[in-house]
Amino acid sequence: MSDRAVAVVRAGALTTVQDAGRPGYAHLGVPRSGVLDAPAARLVNRLVGNTGDAAVLETTLTGCAVRPRRPVVAAVGGAPCRVTVDGRPAAWGAAIRVPAGAVLEVHPAEHGVRSYVAFAGGVAVDPVLGSRSTDLLSGLGPQPLADGAVLPLGAGSAPPAGAGGPVPWPAPPGELVLRILPGPREDWFAPGALRTLAAARYLVTSSSNRIGLRTDGPPLERAVHGELPSEGMVLGAVQVPPDGRPVVFLADHPTTGGYPVVGVVVERDLPGAAQAVPGTPVRFLPVSRVRVRR
Amino acid sequence: MSAPERPGAARVLRMGERGLLVELPGEAETVALHAELVRRRAAGLLPPVGEIVPAARTVLLDGVDDPEGLAGELVRWEIPPPDPRATGTVEIPVRYDGPDLAEVAALWGLAPGEAAARHASVTYRVAFCGFAPGFGYLTGLPEGLSVPRRSTPRTAVPAGSVAVAGAYTGVYPRSSPGGWQLIGTTDAVLWDPSRDPAALLAPGTLVRFTVVGSR
Repeated sequence: MSDRAVAVVRAGALTTVQDAGRPGYAHLGVPRSGVLDAPAARLVNRLVGNTGDAAVLETTLTGCAVRPRRPVVAAVGGAPCRVTVDGRPAAWGAAIRVPAGAVLEVHPAEHGVRSYVAFAGGVAVDPVLGSRSTDLLSGLGPQPLADGAVLPLGAGSAPPAGAGGPVPWPAPPGELVLRILPGPREDWFAPGALRTLAAARYLVTSSSNRIGLRTDGPPLERAVHGELPSEGMVLGAVQVPPDGRPVVFLADHPTTGGYPVVGVVVERDLPGAAQAVPGTPVRFLPVSRVRVRR
Repeated sequence: MSAPERPGAARVLRMGERGLLVELPGEAETVALHAELVRRRAAGLLPPVGEIVPAARTVLLDGVDDPEGLAGELVRWEIPPPDPRATGTVEIPVRYDGPDLAEVAALWGLAPGEAAARHASVTYRVAFCGFAPGFGYLTGLPEGLSVPRRSTPRTAVPAGSVAVAGAYTGVYPRSSPGGWQLIGTTDAVLWDPSRDPAALLAPGTLVRFTVVGSR
């Protein structure tokens, strides 16, 4: 392997390689996968001069540490955290130069769940079906990072002028508000179910992952008790399993499912869902299609 | 379905910002609409669509720029019956040696060898995929041959296991947990992401199983 690479010093709880994912294969049972907080990933890529869909590292709560074999420009964003290079503080949300052999440490998230690490040239593991993303549902793409693993990097170009400075970044909100478009199966629920969903406060549970944001709160009652034949699922679908607790489908969601979908979270609200730690209050806000457009 | 039909009985439901979930009255209509959507896309007669995902009684269209417009257009289409030449037939050689073959044969009122021959006498169609990349839900078994899932799923079903459950037949693309009744084994590679196409079976593909002797 060329020395354009980083060695994994500390993999963290769950660090995966992610890019824009592999949409277009759902009919074969292949999840879309890809970064959960797309704006954060785009921004760190921009900071190091990559195109927005270059492969980055996505950490989970506890960060990670890597050691480049050659000097590399990197940027850390997404969930705010301390960043150090060989123990010395480095900027978060800005391009940083990591010398060869130095340890770039992405410390645990101070707010939010997922930090993103971009390297100039991008992570260059072999793509599978056009994507370098790790898909935790079906196991496609590279394995999650492990201590001692080595990740190849692509050829980097210099960061574009003006992208090197720090970037203002809002912290994830203390309460997650998810706008949802009702349907397609709201008629499978008791008449008051959407009102319950809109009025009640749910909490993000610790069983949430890249497949779904699981919530706990008042169960949504069903009006139809039969089994729904499996049907296609979309990103942001709010599926309601028999226990009545809504699950918001994230990037690694199954392509088909047999539980009714009461509504679908609008895409712009999903990065927030990706950063909601367990215990975060969630409110679902039903909206009309006209309001989403504007 | 032999004559062209309008999917008049189709219900088009909105699913999120850019999705349409088209609900059909039955399997034949679902297969036909899916084939027509694929045909129109290949012919450049469909506005750009990110995903076309058939399922048991629905076809999901996701990544549609103008869902409302497409919904209005779609219900006026005339849907011809699917053309078998459009998808081709895949032959899958099977050793009918599965651990549940005897039980399935008993449910069918047949000897195991007869059950194998019966299962291999049908031309199947991949109605839809799901569960795992490359896993197809194959229809074609006569209604009377439906079998229940196992009451306790196996924690590991070997790759290449040929299985039945409900009205469906399927082949496990890789080792995974599973609750279907295992009737045989194939060496065919159902899923190989480095191959093009990665999936041996795609929605609409016709499938024949051929009996081979056990090793």
